[in-house]
Amino acid sequence: MKIAVCVKHVPEGTSRIDPGTKRLDRAGEGALNHFDANAVEEALRLKGDSDTEVVAVSLGPQKALDSLRKALAMGADRAVLVSDDAAAGSDLVATSRLLAAALAKEEPDLVLFGQQASDADGAVLWAAVAERLGRPVVSQAMELSVDGGTVHVKRQTEHGYDTIEAPLPAVVAVSDAINEPRYPSLKGIMGAKKKPQDVLSLADLGVDAGDAGEAGSRTTVLALGDPPARADSQKIEDDGNAAQAIVDFLAEKRLI
Amino acid sequence: MNFELSDEQELIRKTVRDFAESKVAPVAEELDREARFPYEIVAELAELGLMGLPIPEEYGGAGGDTVSYAIAIEELTRIDSSVAITVAAHTSLGTMPILLFGNEEQKREWLPKLASGQGLAAFGLTEPDAGSDAGATRTKAELRDGQWVIDGSKIFITNAGTDISACVTITAVTGENEISNIVVPNGTPGYEISAPMKKLGWHASDTRELSFHSCAVPEGNLLGERGRGFQQFMEILNGGRISVAAMGVGLAQGAYDLALGYAKERRQFGKPIAEFQAIQFQLADMATEIDAGRQLVYKAAWLKDHGREYALAAAQAKLFTGLLSNRVVNSSLQIHGGYGFMEEFAISRLYRDQKILEIGEGTNEVQRMVIARHLGL
Repeated sequence: MKIAVCVKHVPEGTSRIDPGTKRLDRAGEGALNHFDANAVEEALRLKGDSDTEVVAVSLGPQKALDSLRKALAMGADRAVLVSDDAAAGSDLVATSRLLAAALAKEEPDLVLFGQQASDADGAVLWAAVAERLGRPVVSQAMELSVDGGTVHVKRQTEHGYDTIEAPLPAVVAVSDAINEPRYPSLKGIMGAKKKPQDVLSLADLGVDAGDAGEAGSRTTVLALGDPPARADSQKIEDDGNAAQAIVDFLAEKRLI
Repeated sequence: MNFELSDEQELIRKTVRDFAESKVAPVAEELDREARFPYEIVAELAELGLMGLPIPEEYGGAGGDTVSYAIAIEELTRIDSSVAITVAAHTSLGTMPILLFGNEEQKREWLPKLASGQGLAAFGLTEPDAGSDAGATRTKAELRDGQWVIDGSKIFITNAGTDISACVTITAVTGENEISNIVVPNGTPGYEISAPMKKLGWHASDTRELSFHSCAVPEGNLLGERGRGFQQFMEILNGGRISVAAMGVGLAQGAYDLALGYAKERRQFGKPIAEFQAIQFQLADMATEIDAGRQLVYKAAWLKDHGREYALAAAQAKLFTGLLSNRVVNSSLQIHGGYGFMEEFAISRLYRDQKILEIGEGTNEVQRMVIARHLGL
């Protein structure tokens, strides 16, 4: 079996948006999106001691190799980075096109995603990629197993769990509650650089520059602003009676 | 000239930092308060390969370089010194003598067990009357019927008395003007270990007094050539100083991080105290000196990795970071004010854990002696 895990290299700490480019500020240190670490862990768990191949796939600047190397250090077998100046500024539509093209070359039996990206909090890329690949997709996987040509998923919902199965090849986005990602071991870290790390350009994927980056995007960021201040907020200073004041307030609003 | 760490070194820093913050930080205060050895953490460190980081892969280690090892020790100390010294003493002092001076049979016997963290190693040099003057060792080993029979005592020994302690390498007088190193496995009859010593800091690390009464070990437990003990332990201490210097940087960084965070939150006179220049200048000095100390440590580690002479750099790094960590924990606690004096604030533990960095593995004075010797004095 072959499992592809899509991972994102996100800015470390608090994400900032560059007001000039209206894009995420990627100048500082980056790290593997922690939601994607759950997907890597799940792929490695499914692999176990078998000969299943785990390929980590990312779209991003060269620096994104840092996050791919972490996936390799955790135990993934190979890394593929799609990196091209023309891909900068890709929105969901363009990103899904490029990732789908990279995944089509890999032909994995199972594609795993984390539930969301921690920088811009997007949580739909997996659906868009599955749509482009024409594959079934299951999100919020709490438990995952593969049995022959079928993937079985216990899916977390607001009102309980769905039990879903889908034929392979399929796309699954895992919940961050599915597992606790391992730390890369020192041996894993030392061994990571010996594992294949391929960097692919748009030309390698056969994607036209006009279909990537801002040119290939369908959304445009027009403006950025702070959320409006709440006009009806009320601040209670603690003069020893704060608890009572909060209780009175909640009672007045009929909340307790 | 290149100040950039390699991809592996960066990833090691991130991994150990992440581990220290999520696994060590939540229990550090409790381990310290209860003076409890961190068995669970050592087991997890072992699983990550951190109990044998610079030991070659063929002996079960991770095959990392000294820079990586220094980074790992620095990151552990940033959160907790007891955990860091357990790893550092095990690696630099306990395991290294066997790697550097042991024969193939000794390496095969001990290193896989030690590098995997299944067993913990100790180094017994200091004696009640032989501290900085380590050449004044009195512990004796006599060769009788193919066995070394050891009599004497050692003091302030890290890692010797835990449930997983495997062996101690001791220096002993083996003849006239002759010092040698001998491996003594835990459990050898005549090798007695005191109750844990009560200390100002490093409460969760294991520190013991050892005594040897007609303690017999096989002749083959001699490390390297007979009579080479003095040169051997000097070499071990040179390497060990890099790890203790890394602890100085890590401790200073941890104390600085606490001060910075506290200064931004603590409000007095209507604003966060970080807005007062008196506080800003202290933080600016700390950040600058920590950076300087880190460069000294990495340089010493780099020299060692490149097979260059590193004893001077290691002594300078150890001296500088010992003094540096003293200044930084002091300033950090001062910024914390009264809260810093309370045990529930981590800075109080870091403050107590600091002083030994100016004493262990060579006092400040010994470092100055080493440095002066290199100056041709």
